[in-house]
Amino acid sequence: MTSLYRPARPSAPRGAFGQIVRNEARLAWRQPAGIIAGIGISLLLLVIFGEVPVFQQPSPRLGGLSAFEAYIPVLIAFAIGVLALTYLPGPLVSYREQGVLRRLSTTPVPASWVLAAQLVVQACLMVITVLMLISVSIGFFGASAPKDPGGLILAVVLAIAALFMIGLVIAAAARTTGAARGLTAAAFYPLMFFAGLYVPMQILPRVFQDISHFTPLGAAVQALEDSMWQGFPPATPLGVLAGYAAVFGFLAKRFFRWE
Amino acid sequence: MGILHSVADTSAGADASPAARAAAAGRRPDLGAGASPAADGPAVEITHLRKTYGSLVAVDDVSFSVAEGEIFGILGPNGAGKTTTVECAIGLRPPDSGTIRLLGLDPQADRDRVHEIVGVQLQESAFPAKLRVGEILEEYRSFYRRPADVTELVDALGLAGKRRDYYRSLSGGQRQRLSVVLALIGGPKIAVLDEMTTGLDPQARRDAWELIEKVRDRGVAIVLVTHFMEEAERLCDRVALIDSGHLVALDTPAGLTARARGGKRMRFVPSGPFDDRLLTGLTEVAAVQHDGRHVVVTGTGELVNAVILALHAAGITARDVQLDASTLEDAFVRLTGTRLHQNGDQP
Ligand SMILES: Nc1ncnc2c1ncn2[C@@H]1O[C@H](COP(=O)(O)OP(=O)(O)O)[C@@H](O)[C@H]1O
Ligand SMILES: [Mg+2]
Repeated sequence: MTSLYRPARPSAPRGAFGQIVRNEARLAWRQPAGIIAGIGISLLLLVIFGEVPVFQQPSPRLGGLSAFEAYIPVLIAFAIGVLALTYLPGPLVSYREQGVLRRLSTTPVPASWVLAAQLVVQACLMVITVLMLISVSIGFFGASAPKDPGGLILAVVLAIAALFMIGLVIAAAARTTGAARGLTAAAFYPLMFFAGLYVPMQILPRVFQDISHFTPLGAAVQALEDSMWQGFPPATPLGVLAGYAAVFGFLAKRFFRWE
Repeated sequence: MGILHSVADTSAGADASPAARAAAAGRRPDLGAGASPAADGPAVEITHLRKTYGSLVAVDDVSFSVAEGEIFGILGPNGAGKTTTVECAIGLRPPDSGTIRLLGLDPQADRDRVHEIVGVQLQESAFPAKLRVGEILEEYRSFYRRPADVTELVDALGLAGKRRDYYRSLSGGQRQRLSVVLALIGGPKIAVLDEMTTGLDPQARRDAWELIEKVRDRGVAIVLVTHFMEEAERLCDRVALIDSGHLVALDTPAGLTARARGGKRMRFVPSGPFDDRLLTGLTEVAAVQHDGRHVVVTGTGELVNAVILALHAAGITARDVQLDASTLEDAFVRLTGTRLHQNGDQP
């Protein structure tokens, strides 16, 4: 049987994605827990560390960096981790739970556009946070400018990609928002430990550092540190981040359910 | 199976088809959305649809078609398979077997094109709590190439004053109305509405009915899942009764009620004795029975007039005339052996 109805182009109008992004951005703004946790807390910690004089002293145990400087990459990783692991899966899981995605899949717009819009909004928040952390640390607390801005951008992009894909796997695995919260907590605290949020990795036994380098946030901190204080980051942390992005990206694509 | 086992649309031929009616009334030129297809075929055509969930057969061998400009009701008790039927029809669920065509398109194979021409109100759907009504409308409007007039839709359902309200602050009925607006916002050629008026107060229900009739008048085919008899009787050109996944009957609401009773039935007390053949000879009369002083006549059409006129011509007066108007609800009970509503289940 031939089709009775053939529109010229069977895809949604171009403006649709922009509209979805706008609404997702409005939602992020109106439920500002993500913005507060991601931008607010990392900035607050930065200011606290910046204000404590002893943290400004260069320390041989930290390879000649001050505790303040050693913390900047950790706080960047923290901001990316919080947003990607908490504020990315949360809305997606609740949209699926409430049938928002299902309703959307009956329109010319694929439900995956909402996921893409979430990534756009969260990525913008992350980039804003990173820019704020770096400029505040330089402008107000005399940190030195990043040694290799290109390497820094690459490290940030790979870290965002890796953490996004882990966040999407959480969104795929969790059936309910409660389950998503549980999975996030289970992943976030250990990952942040290995990123050095609680204790600098440099002062822990060697084995912790070795493990840390193969965790996503640990590798992110390492790549960020190198590009900020030394030069272009070595292949290992970049490769680890790219590997997480690829493996978890595959898992997310394979297991994400729209209803 | 009884006399009412009619899967084919035989009875629809008797009345002019809704599309033909619409054309005759000269109200078809504006097809609403999209390039107007040269549609000679039905807007919706479902044949031998079957859908199981594990070992549960939710829909079994259901066939029907819906013309442009027709309001087609799907009626049945909870769990009958109504939602499953329409979710298969719109491509949300793949059928186990059977074919589905929407303006000739297969909703599984031609998803993209089907989504442009079909507007859907799902029985259960939600929108983000912290979006405003106007923002949701704006977003959904942007999904379609030739959207409908949003202001007109919003006004028709009394949501004009709600555009700045958060979705979360809407009452159940307001959410339901928004969901109807969103089903029609793309200017669909086929609208599928699953329990459109459940949870609406009587006024909102009448508003929704009026809007649906207006949309139908533009030539849109409407599939309306309902469990309100009144709604089906008032709105639908034809009704499919579904029970336990089976299509029990398919007819006009009037046809269903008439056939469920074998037609209309009147009781009266004659002023004197008369020969039954006086009445059995009438085309409207199917049977004449005596019940004490009462005479019970069953038949169809203008039964009461015909009987009273015939008696009058023979010098007999009919007193205490009672007419049983059988309702769709009666038809439903007869056909399925179940009541549509549990006691107290009325809204
Ligand atoms: N997703 C599902 N999984 C398993 N069973 C289902 C599912 N959806 C519906 N059913 C079952 O299929 C039958 C038909 O359901 P449904 O189509 O929702 O009926 P209705 O809309 O007429 O109330 C019911 O017995 C229901 O419990
Ligand atoms: Mg249902």
